[in-house]
Amino acid sequence: MKYESAFEIIGPVMVGPSSSHTAGAVRIGNIARQLSEFEPAVVRFELMGSFAETYLGHGTDLALLAGVMGYTTFSDEVADAKKIAEERQLRYSFDTVPVGNFHPNSVRVILISEDNKELTLVASSLGGGKAEVQEIEKLPLKFTGEQPTLVFYHDDSIGFIADITLALTKRGYNIARFANERWNKGGKAISICVVDSVVSQSLLEEFNEEVPAITRSCFIQTV
Amino acid sequence: MAFSSLNELLTRATTEQKKVYEIMLETEENQTGETRTQLMTKMAFQFDVMEEAVRKGTYTEVESKSGLTGGDGYRVQQYAERGHSFVAPETLTVIANALAVSEVNASMGRIVATPTAGSAGILPAVLVHCLDSGRFARNELVEALFTASALGLVIANSSSISGAEGGCQAEIGSATAMAAGTLVELAGGSPEQVGNAVGLAMKNSLGLVCDPVAGLVEIPCIIRNGLHALTAEAAADMALAGVKSIIPPDEVIKVMHEVGQNMPVSLRETGIGGLAGTPTGERIKKEIFGYSQRMEGISE
Repeated sequence: MKYESAFEIIGPVMVGPSSSHTAGAVRIGNIARQLSEFEPAVVRFELMGSFAETYLGHGTDLALLAGVMGYTTFSDEVADAKKIAEERQLRYSFDTVPVGNFHPNSVRVILISEDNKELTLVASSLGGGKAEVQEIEKLPLKFTGEQPTLVFYHDDSIGFIADITLALTKRGYNIARFANERWNKGGKAISICVVDSVVSQSLLEEFNEEVPAITRSCFIQTV
Repeated sequence: MAFSSLNELLTRATTEQKKVYEIMLETEENQTGETRTQLMTKMAFQFDVMEEAVRKGTYTEVESKSGLTGGDGYRVQQYAERGHSFVAPETLTVIANALAVSEVNASMGRIVATPTAGSAGILPAVLVHCLDSGRFARNELVEALFTASALGLVIANSSSISGAEGGCQAEIGSATAMAAGTLVELAGGSPEQVGNAVGLAMKNSLGLVCDPVAGLVEIPCIIRNGLHALTAEAAADMALAGVKSIIPPDEVIKVMHEVGQNMPVSLRETGIGGLAGTPTGERIKKEIFGYSQRMEGISE
């Protein structure tokens, strides 16, 4: 089911003009920011479909940029995103690129740090302000970030899923959704775990210690 | 789990002898763990934002950020007050309400996406119209937003609420159908009548292309919000009068998606075809954005 809550239909409360091109875009940028462990120095946005055609008129560019700087759909700063980016010396670009076989409102976000660390994400704005991640680092992993979501970067190894679910269960976390993808057998992998309640930073660190296969974990939730 | 068919939702309402809004509230309580009071408070806030936008755009002339449109909500309100309209003056104000909210949206003002920002005028327009009529209490209208949510969830899950995916019928059409069904429940209609109103309103929106001039949420979006607010009320009245949607509402909703898929990409929120592609549409686009779409970006 794509839409679950009454407030996905009656909401979000947002600054216009477009829920899919403005609010959804802020959320996409925001998810990318939450997913990256570094402060981006350069951001590249590759836009396709309707995003590519109309991003200027809808302020999609401002919205995406505001999102990667940590702002949300409520933020007044969205309209000033370019000015703020300049102040922060964040370099950015918008390009029209056929990203792939995704929803017409899709974008590839590439965040790069000063020391060349990179994060690549493809996400779509499904309408009504709803954003959905399609790919992380080219792995097909879908989530919206509306519910508390854990993202684990880890080694593909026997027992990882058992270990992580045990670690969550022990602490009373109910798992709503779990997805796991790997580049190759025994190689690097990413798992997405949607839970029913918020997970603190200190708890993330506990997971990292308790489950040795984890190389990095982060917590994502959009507003 | 949310709703994917109207039949399932309305059959439940009939057999459990509950209003649709009650079923939606219970579902939301179960999903989020929040209490009914918390959910109602949250929804009351959404209603307040909607009302604010209606008042702002009917009492004052709101200009869009591009300068392309604005002031129509105020203009129609003033005209209605003069009392010589074809449509009954008090009915005409629902159009003013919807134009108002859409103009606030185009001004980058605060609105509630219902279900989207492009169609954000319709539901607030009819509900504030209900409030002003004195026939309904504010509390009932906040409850009605849960009815609208349930109907919107069915449409979103079995069809689409994205203009880029389904054309304007997915945005304006969905909002009109949601508003029509919601009004029927408010007026005490049966669940079956709620379904008929959804079906009638959606039928009249089929084929509606998404062709925003210069890609902006202004032309024709604002006007469509205005006129479809009236359509929503008319569809509600027709259903309450006993008019049926012979094609079952669920089938109408599903075919909306199919019609959308058959639309060329130029008519699905790309700002290329339809009104956007007219000589004037092209001229406006050039005036606002210059000749190149890719005018801005790299500051590296």
